[in-house]
Amino acid sequence: MQRLSLTLMGDTMMEQKPRIGVYVCHCGVNIAAVVDVERVARAAAELPGVVVARDNTYMCSDPGQALIKQDIREHGLNRVVVASCSPRMHERTFRAVAQQEGVNPYQVEMANIREQCSWVHRDKGRATEKAGLLISSAVAKATRLEPLEQREVDVTPGVVIIGGGVAGMTVALDVANTGLPAYLVERQKSLGGRVAELNRTFPSLQPVSELLPPLIARVQDHPNVTVFLRSCVSQVEGYIGNFEVEISGYGETGTPVGGDPGSKSDAPRAGLSVGAIIVATGYDVFDPDRTPELGYRDYPNVITSLEMEERLIRGDLTVDGRSPERVAFVKCVGSRDARVGNSHCSRVCCMYTAKQSRLVREMLPEADVTVFYIDVRAFGKGGEEFYDEARSQGVRYRRGNVSEIYRKRSAPGVDGGLAPHAGAGPVVLVAEDTLLGQPIEFEADLVVLAVGMEPRKDAGVIQQLLKLPRSADGFFLEAHPKLRPVDTAMDGIFLAGCCQGPKDIADTVTQAKAAASSALIPLIRGSVPVESASAVVNEELCAGCAMCVDVCPYDAPTIANLWRTSRINPVLCKGCGACAVTCPSSAIRLQHFTAAQVLAQVDALVQ
Amino acid sequence: MALKTQKLTEQLELFGCIQCGKCTGGCPVARKTTLNMRTLIYHMLVDADMDVDAHQELWDCTACFTCVERCPKDVEPAELIISLRGELVESGRVPETLGTALMGIFRQGNPSGMARQDRELWAEGMEESLERAKGLASHAGSAQEECELLYFVGCIPSYDQRIQPVARALLRTFERAGLDPGTLGTRESCCGNEVRRMGEAGLFGMLVEENGELLRGVGARQLVTTSPHCFNTFRKEYGLDGMEVLHYTQLLARLIEQGELTFPEPSEARPGEHRTVTYHDPCFLGKQNQIYDEPRAILEAIPGLKLVEMDRRRERSLCCEGGGGRMWVEGTNLQERLAFQRVQEAAETGADTLAVACPFCLLTLEDAVKVQGLDEELCVMDIMELVDIALEEDLDP
Repeated sequence: MQRLSLTLMGDTMMEQKPRIGVYVCHCGVNIAAVVDVERVARAAAELPGVVVARDNTYMCSDPGQALIKQDIREHGLNRVVVASCSPRMHERTFRAVAQQEGVNPYQVEMANIREQCSWVHRDKGRATEKAGLLISSAVAKATRLEPLEQREVDVTPGVVIIGGGVAGMTVALDVANTGLPAYLVERQKSLGGRVAELNRTFPSLQPVSELLPPLIARVQDHPNVTVFLRSCVSQVEGYIGNFEVEISGYGETGTPVGGDPGSKSDAPRAGLSVGAIIVATGYDVFDPDRTPELGYRDYPNVITSLEMEERLIRGDLTVDGRSPERVAFVKCVGSRDARVGNSHCSRVCCMYTAKQSRLVREMLPEADVTVFYIDVRAFGKGGEEFYDEARSQGVRYRRGNVSEIYRKRSAPGVDGGLAPHAGAGPVVLVAEDTLLGQPIEFEADLVVLAVGMEPRKDAGVIQQLLKLPRSADGFFLEAHPKLRPVDTAMDGIFLAGCCQGPKDIADTVTQAKAAASSALIPLIRGSVPVESASAVVNEELCAGCAMCVDVCPYDAPTIANLWRTSRINPVLCKGCGACAVTCPSSAIRLQHFTAAQVLAQVDALVQ
Repeated sequence: MALKTQKLTEQLELFGCIQCGKCTGGCPVARKTTLNMRTLIYHMLVDADMDVDAHQELWDCTACFTCVERCPKDVEPAELIISLRGELVESGRVPETLGTALMGIFRQGNPSGMARQDRELWAEGMEESLERAKGLASHAGSAQEECELLYFVGCIPSYDQRIQPVARALLRTFERAGLDPGTLGTRESCCGNEVRRMGEAGLFGMLVEENGELLRGVGARQLVTTSPHCFNTFRKEYGLDGMEVLHYTQLLARLIEQGELTFPEPSEARPGEHRTVTYHDPCFLGKQNQIYDEPRAILEAIPGLKLVEMDRRRERSLCCEGGGGRMWVEGTNLQERLAFQRVQEAAETGADTLAVACPFCLLTLEDAVKVQGLDEELCVMDIMELVDIALEEDLDP
């Protein structure tokens, strides 16, 4: 499976006499306002091995990059030190610059004089002094940097998608349309997910029945899509490009049953080899039992928005055989509510409430329809216009969230029997109309609780299986909220749909397409680059004690060869260095952070 | 006097407020007075000064803490009221009746201003039991005299003639269950729960210090109270580490569950109670401490008793207006009392008995039953009294 193709980039690995260029960035005023950049550049020019030292307003800009390229050509530089921001920001940029001019990308070193200097210090003199030290330290390391091989690993084409809702199906189709196999794993006995429970969509009011069945049919009929129903992923091994995924049947009890021959599962146990995994496991609907003050359990005419969808599908809004005269909607039930552990906004409730309230107005033109809200968030394309339309159709919006729902025994429709919950007489919504500044009691025949979205209760299973981190709200965590929104901390595993956070159908499809295209990049390329700054074992020194196996969080080292010595899988290794410092024989060397390099840096700082 | 809002706003973390109105919406007194928690918070957020004197409705709050329970942003609106009351208390501008109650606590250790040496009069006729109980704890502080279970009677059960029987019933029941409780005797002082909620932080601090020292000195493992109010402050505001603070309903429910306390089966001589009971959740037991099941478990264990529920129960229970110092301040709307509404709701269930588990609720609701002319249909009793009747030795020898 794993075949490393070795390509040596740039210079030969022969011994080079260091010829270093130092570039001090102003970062506009970010650095230059605190650090005397010209002075530190002049000082850097005097350091051993430094051929040229310059300062520039923005090193990351095109002119800044061009400056480095020109110097490499004119001065024959073989090492570059950039003193600017954190390497997390622009190390890749400057490595690419070096590579383009034939310098090995691992012979670039960064000195962080912004986050670790100018942003945190005020005293200009001492900040300048510190910047100078950080640069000499980087130069000391650069002098000892070695070129590293750029490595690639082959990938297995194919994607496993966990979850057969709109997100999962969208990913499956995009993957399958490239000609690669897509394996769609769904726990339920049919595809469609949560959307299958809905009536119409906002803002187009298109019936779900026009939208979902064709999508399901396209997935099921696609020759490159394999659908596993009533199935779940029970085991995952491997790494980006080469995952081994085990599919088991999913039992009524919510546990894998495929391995048990006596189980009634439809799906046989299957083992799949794929290059990427997409998580599209969706969300749970908030259970209003956790807000008992709203009386959901007590009154049959207090229903959730999902139950309202079901009523709208049936076209039946009657309560106790009668058409309701007053229908009330209560927003933010289980959302924006720290008490129930959901501080987040569920993002869809404002719009689906506008949709439901409009549909009720259409079905029951005589009925009063009132929406109780805190804020109206109609942010999507066409959202505000849809909200405008709801109001113009006579839906009343009252600002103030409902604090309590109860029933007056004396209310009409309730006979004074002993049983407290007989019948479905009108209930009273207790709230404050905050715009009037008045506490109110509002009677309604039918109340819809606009329940929010929350993470799946069993999200922990996927979390453990795939080693995915979750954010504070409990949803799966993306690698970066803005720049890597569908990636995860685990290479080759991507997120789509509401498992990452609440979103509507349009956003779900957008994200699913993004996840599909991100997952497809290495699969179409045929290989993935592997980090070269990884740990290597000197087998002549290794005693096979296996302490490296114990400390590695990525299962990279194994003791499996003939001589019982350790071997570190460079694809799994993240270069954290835990093994290198643990090894009692000093047999492990962490490339790009060798003891000689790090000690030289320390020496430069303490001189 | 204008209060500078900035410091208090920061201290109480009011910036989290999103003005959703759940506090005022759920506030039982907001519908009958001008008290509006949300606008008070809003003023704190947007104005530099607040004229606290202009807000006499601050004295309407019953400290039921429904606002705190409902707030989705973990703001504690009632704490703002307590702090603003504190501003008024500090400058001496408090309703006269409240001043008297606070003075009574300061001088005699109880809000009625009754003599400290009379604090044990509640146990009249039970002197022997009390003597034993007192003997255990009256030497508080001496290591030899440790007692396992300390019974904190409370001011109202000690002095109020209507509530004294509740305390006696509790003491009798302890003995029936083979428990050996101690009391603090005449050294017992007000717990301070209402003192803090009336805004008298200084006096409260003093009580916490003195009572805390006394309680810790006894070295009891368990502290049991008659009142949910005493229970609340001991549990949350005293830092009584290593001491389990219990309301009596918790202890009784536990004893019944463990079979330590059993009710005699109905017989010919003892036909059983045949009562239909509805239970009113006290705010300081229910909403503030989430004790909803234990009182019901006790009632359901009593042979012959039928429990029916009001619509507003548990988390939605309607405050009786007895808490937060309201026993000593009438508030701005005397006509519409929540207790009137509450006893009507109880009567509508068809119950003949309204059970409570709080001295304040017992007083306010019993009063309301009389005013509403419901005495023929409904009697108000503490759960402890119902238990006592059910456990009584054969009525007819």
